Amino acid sequence: MLSTELVTAAYIGSSVLFILSLGGLSNQEKAKRGVWFGIVGMAIAILATVLGPEMSLSQYLIPSLIVGSIIGLIVAQRVQMTGMPELVAALHSFVGLAAVFIGLNQEINPMKSYFGADKVIHDTEVFIGVFIGAITFTGSVIAYGKLAGSITGKAVILPGRHFLNILMVVVCLVLGWMYLNDLGWTYLDQTSIWTLLAMTLIAFVIGAHLVLAIGGADMPVVVSMLNSYSGWAAAATGFMLGNDLLIVTGALVGSSGAILSYIMCKAMNRNFVSVILGGWGGGGEPLADIEGEMVATDNDSVASMLENAKEIIIVPGYGMAVAQAQSSISELTKRLRNKGKNVRFAIHPVAGRLPGHMNVLLAEAKVPYDIVLEMDEINEDFPKTDVVIVVGSNDIVNPAAQDDPNSPIAGMPVLEVWKAKDVIISKRGKGTGYSGIENPLFYKENSRMLYGDAKKSVDELLTKISS
Amino acid sequence: MIIGALKENKKDENRIALTPESAELLAKLGHKCLIEKGAGAGSGFADDEYKAAGVKVLASSSDVIKSSGALIKVNQPTSAEIKKFKAGQILITFIWPAQNPQLLKELNKKKVTALSMDMIPRISRAQKMDALSSMANIAGYRAVIESANNFGRFFTGQITAAGKVPPAKVLVIGAGVAGLAAIGAAQGLGAVVRAFDVRPEVAEQIESMGGEFLFLDFDESNSTEGGYAAPSSPEFRKKQLECFREQAPDIDILITTALIPGRPAPKLWLKDMVSKMKPGSVIVDLAAEKGGNCDLTKPDQKIVTKNGVTVIGYTDFPSRMAKQSSSLYANNIRHLFDDLTPEKNGKVAINLEDDVIRGALVTHGGKVMYPPPAPKVKAVPTTKKSEVLEKTPEQLKMEESAAVRKAGTFQVGMLILGGLIIGLLGQYAPPAFMQHFIVFVLSCFIGFQVIWNVSHALHTPLMAVTNAISGIIVVGALLQVGSSNLVVEVLASISVLIATINIVGGFLVTKRMLAMFQKS
Repeated sequence: MLSTELVTAAYIGSSVLFILSLGGLSNQEKAKRGVWFGIVGMAIAILATVLGPEMSLSQYLIPSLIVGSIIGLIVAQRVQMTGMPELVAALHSFVGLAAVFIGLNQEINPMKSYFGADKVIHDTEVFIGVFIGAITFTGSVIAYGKLAGSITGKAVILPGRHFLNILMVVVCLVLGWMYLNDLGWTYLDQTSIWTLLAMTLIAFVIGAHLVLAIGGADMPVVVSMLNSYSGWAAAATGFMLGNDLLIVTGALVGSSGAILSYIMCKAMNRNFVSVILGGWGGGGEPLADIEGEMVATDNDSVASMLENAKEIIIVPGYGMAVAQAQSSISELTKRLRNKGKNVRFAIHPVAGRLPGHMNVLLAEAKVPYDIVLEMDEINEDFPKTDVVIVVGSNDIVNPAAQDDPNSPIAGMPVLEVWKAKDVIISKRGKGTGYSGIENPLFYKENSRMLYGDAKKSVDELLTKISS
Repeated sequence: MIIGALKENKKDENRIALTPESAELLAKLGHKCLIEKGAGAGSGFADDEYKAAGVKVLASSSDVIKSSGALIKVNQPTSAEIKKFKAGQILITFIWPAQNPQLLKELNKKKVTALSMDMIPRISRAQKMDALSSMANIAGYRAVIESANNFGRFFTGQITAAGKVPPAKVLVIGAGVAGLAAIGAAQGLGAVVRAFDVRPEVAEQIESMGGEFLFLDFDESNSTEGGYAAPSSPEFRKKQLECFREQAPDIDILITTALIPGRPAPKLWLKDMVSKMKPGSVIVDLAAEKGGNCDLTKPDQKIVTKNGVTVIGYTDFPSRMAKQSSSLYANNIRHLFDDLTPEKNGKVAINLEDDVIRGALVTHGGKVMYPPPAPKVKAVPTTKKSEVLEKTPEQLKMEESAAVRKAGTFQVGMLILGGLIIGLLGQYAPPAFMQHFIVFVLSCFIGFQVIWNVSHALHTPLMAVTNAISGIIVVGALLQVGSSNLVVEVLASISVLIATINIVGGFLVTKRMLAMFQKS
């Protein structure tokens, strides 16, 4: 048995290790060490808690830990890199659910008794913790469904949804006030638990409703936002239990998610509130007419273009993940690089359905990470580039963002691919893609459309380009 | 309709308005084609080739005129030819109506419907029939070849075993179609190309062809309707000549293409500039027909000045590449017939509402139709003058410091507000809470600092690892799991289970992902 002081010391150690673990992610090599810091930190925290003075054992404890570990192990090994967004969303929902349970437990059977101001603060903490946890839980479940394709990716917009949201929040506030003042019926020997339960249900609805109204292209923001919420939920739990380790870790995760959301919003030139409230803003003004026509091309001419090019940039998007084209593209890259061509990748911050999603997919396909560059690093190089291959991305290469002030994405930073000599766009069909915004890039004189499934197109291209 | 192509009778003219290829395409529009015997010889098209393409070959020009509804040519018709024309017959050729009022009168007297290829408006829709552009393109290319022929050195710079050869320096004045073609051709041969034009908006086109735009710092745009250059003011001219004078000793090849519609060519390369050029340099004056841009140009002649500069004033560059120019010209005419036969049934309709046809039409039904109303579309979109003035460094500095100040005020404001809130909280909240609160606020700050440094490429692993460490919530569940209340015990156990999934799954998947990131 450890003393309270020793447990606290262990918690401090874990906090430091968690910070180091996150700090390690500043570059690829340090990151590998960083994960170990995190694992050790977690092990110390769990051990210290189990051996600590406040702990009393349960028959369910060991089975829970074992079953949880096994599930975690299987999931981590099985998951496809294209399925990462779903996994991340699922894991967020777990944190949310755990926060709800812990909050309810705290209400049913508090570990110590509170009086006066302590009681008000504690009840508020419980209430807020459960509220955030509940929103995180259903929000993440819906996000998971959307990402996995079992719920429509389009924004589901109920009439009067803002009013509905406000109404639900107001009801929650009223319930909170009743909860704090112990109003209402008595149930399970608890004067006010029904207010807490009712609020939990309403918060479940709010979480689901919020995420349902957000379109597929905004998913990176939603996932980072839920990441942030799961952190705040953990921090709130820390407050209600008076546990500093939970507060520290929750705050770290919460701020991490907040920064990711901020980066994503900035990359789309939208403010956070408008993304969270869903749907494209603005509109109404007529869009600029697009001149020119889409010119289709075939693999032979693309192959000869690539043979003649020196500087090549590939711009991958979510379409690459959908078509599972990353390994074919990696092979193409390898062959072109062997011919002495400078092949690089340009990654827009919101490409894919998760921040950094493209980097992971390319890494999985064995594309070396030092030729995978961020938008800011590579955007100035497009005028010097011979051929740009756009694979399954649309909005992030849309010149209307710069030229057309009436475009829904006006002002969004985009990859300026059209400045290259030739642009090849691999695209499934002539449609406008996920966001439904017309892309003048396809009509530019130096653009050539390569229609068809991205993987098939690239595979056929590989037969034309010798290794 | 029957379309007849006449043999050109101008001296040294090798071009022809009909090629076997264009004849086949005209046939698809429902037209039949005739050609005078031997008319294609100068361009390298034999009579047999025409016959193979379904063209009837007639013995004399009179026969062709007699049996055709439309006549196509390259040069202006001679009076002898006009005499044989019939009323209502269509004539398509270069007429230059502004310079040839007499010719216009003669054609009108015969009630010929004459379409002048040089009058096709320069709008994007009409580009495919713009014969001036296709001829200018050839002239520009040929000018470079001609200059290379008369230039005793390589165009491209080379480092050979015998020594280093510097690249030739080419200056192109006037970046119209011919100028741009010359820039492209000279660039292709490996020369260093500079170009000048009075219209600043063509700078981008020059650069796209690989030339360097000589920029005059002067606030005057000289573009007119129709995409041609307009005459410039005396101040501008002075500055321009200064710029050229500076270039003269440095360049090896000069190609001038400056023309102003309906006026003699502007004199841009004066005697003193020629004398400043290096011996062996070559000047090709594409404006020779209109008097030349260079003082020393003699039309249709090649001269060598005292200081050894060759000045070429040929006016027949397109004809010197007759096969190429004939096929392009024949295509231009074929495209014009496309517009003239909208139904593709071989019936020609003169639509006066059509900007292109109305523009080209000079006589019709006994009326002189020249000049046409001004075309409505401007050929080159003028570069939008940015409304935002270029900011001076002082302004930028001021703005920057203002922004810093604003951010500073904002930060101070937020700190005061935050301080007030925390102070208020401290007033009522118990000390234990305040201690936790300190930890929370500081952790948020650490979190922000640490996460800002995370590389964008690692955002997905970041999310996975934060997933794992937010599984720390398991600590809360662990503390509750031993509760005597069954509900609490079960709920806490479920929490432990799912939090463990988070921890194990999160860390393992992060490890898996990070292992994939490999350096090349």
